[in-house]
Amino acid sequence: MSATPRLSVRNIRKSFGTHEVLRGISLDAHDGDVISVLGASGSGKSTFLRCINLLETADDGDIVVNGEEIAMKTTPRGRGAASRKQLDRIRSELGMVFQSFNLWSHMTILENIIEGPVQVQKRPRADCVAEAEALLEKVGIADRKDYYPAHLSGGQKQRAAIARSLAMHPKVILFDEPTSALDPELVGEVLHVMRDLAAEKMTMLVVTHEMGFARNVSNRVIFMRDGQIDCDGPPQDMFGGKGSPHFRQFIRHMETEHHAA
Amino acid sequence: MDFPFLLSTMKSLLAATPTTLGLFSLSIFFGGLLALLIVTMRVSNNIVARNFAKGYIFVFRGSPLLIQMFLVFYGLGQFGVIRHSIVWPALREPFVCAVLSLALCTGGYSAEIFRSGLRAVPPGEIEAARAAGMSGFLLLRRIIAPIAFRHALPAYSTEIVLMVKSTALASLVTVWEITGVAQRLISQTYRTMEVFMCAAALYLILNFLILQVLALIEHRLNRHNLRPAERKPSVMSAFFGARP
Ligand SMILES: Nc1ncnc2c1ncn2[C@@H]1O[C@H](COP(=O)(O)OP(=O)(O)OP(=O)(O)O)[C@@H](O)[C@H]1O
Ligand SMILES: [Mg+2]
Repeated sequence: MSATPRLSVRNIRKSFGTHEVLRGISLDAHDGDVISVLGASGSGKSTFLRCINLLETADDGDIVVNGEEIAMKTTPRGRGAASRKQLDRIRSELGMVFQSFNLWSHMTILENIIEGPVQVQKRPRADCVAEAEALLEKVGIADRKDYYPAHLSGGQKQRAAIARSLAMHPKVILFDEPTSALDPELVGEVLHVMRDLAAEKMTMLVVTHEMGFARNVSNRVIFMRDGQIDCDGPPQDMFGGKGSPHFRQFIRHMETEHHAA
Repeated sequence: MDFPFLLSTMKSLLAATPTTLGLFSLSIFFGGLLALLIVTMRVSNNIVARNFAKGYIFVFRGSPLLIQMFLVFYGLGQFGVIRHSIVWPALREPFVCAVLSLALCTGGYSAEIFRSGLRAVPPGEIEAARAAGMSGFLLLRRIIAPIAFRHALPAYSTEIVLMVKSTALASLVTVWEITGVAQRLISQTYRTMEVFMCAAALYLILNFLILQVLALIEHRLNRHNLRPAERKPSVMSAFFGARP
């Protein structure tokens, strides 16, 4: 596999105060990869994802999207992107789906979806509307396009948020526990949409506690522990007993919790 | 009831209404611009700007508007630099002094109201906008300002109504607005009750109309809190056409 990775993360480090949350994480995501990121609470999964699109600024390390490195600079006030323009453009090529949806509350679902394409990417509004309607059809909420986010169920909101990130034609989509805020009966409809995206070869990096998704949908599983990648590999290996002792203990724990619930 | 007297009183007061409305609209306009500046300083990372804004807000909210107005009206002329500057001909005008002090005062109050609106913007929605590639003025214009303004509007409506009433203080620096004219009529006729009743009625009518407009705006901006079935076409959309 020699093609340029869609996303390449090189040796990311991040501390909050004296607490070193990420201690050198590297990862390549190639076209069509679906990578599940697992780990205990507090192991740094969200921080890792947020460092990729610079919602948090890593103290060290590089992010390369489709072969283009995000230029960084260090000033007395700290490290940051060297060019806001480049950062904004690269962010618009990286989708992000949040645990708490974060739809813009003052806009209808349709307005939420065309906002980025029209305002950031400056595409013609009529094209964006047509595409947004098709996307809403695809995620199964076409009839909700004129609703405001406050009037959707959690599962509908998350599907709208996925459509919103798809509308930007992202190279990679980052998911941070997309189903963790949902009632159990609504998890399935969101996972269904994500499974369809995986089948369409969308490149995805998914922080999740859904073992079924990690096992059956992703082609690679990463286990994070103490700010490092403890072990990683294809799900059949990882779940087939080849993971580290810590990972085996983690999945045993997840499964008992699941049965208890 | 002396209807001819009431009628002639109303006529004189109505003639002064444009002055009241002028004081009101100019001070809301300039006070609003000033508030945007002050709130920008108040939430900035620059410690000097932040503390200046804090001090400004404290002074103009903490002291009586009437005293501020007197200080502007009688006080500015004490300074040679001001008396010899090109703005002096304007600052000698009572009307300009009244607008200036009303604007300075509402600027402080409105800045605090806008700030509470800004604080109500969910951080997650700002993050989602950043993640989509928005920053700077685009982020402010499309996401932060519209959400903040919706949160601030009820408190800002109250401030606007208070400003209509505050214009009455301008009579004390010899501006012939509604209250000033009413007092002149009283000194000529000694019919305090009737004249002040007419003046009060006029202020009530003005505020009633202003509140109607504000309620329409609020209703229109609050559509995201209404269920789709409740979103009937508003009077505003009858005026300005339905939104696409
Ligand atoms: N802004 C912040 N300031 C200080 N500490 C932070 C900040 N964000 C995260 N942390 C700390 O960094 C560590 C990793 O947090 P992170 O949210 O990345 O974990 P996580 O793996 O996503 O956990 P969870 O499964 O609970 O979401 C935690 O100890 C957390 O308290
Ligand atoms: Mg997390």
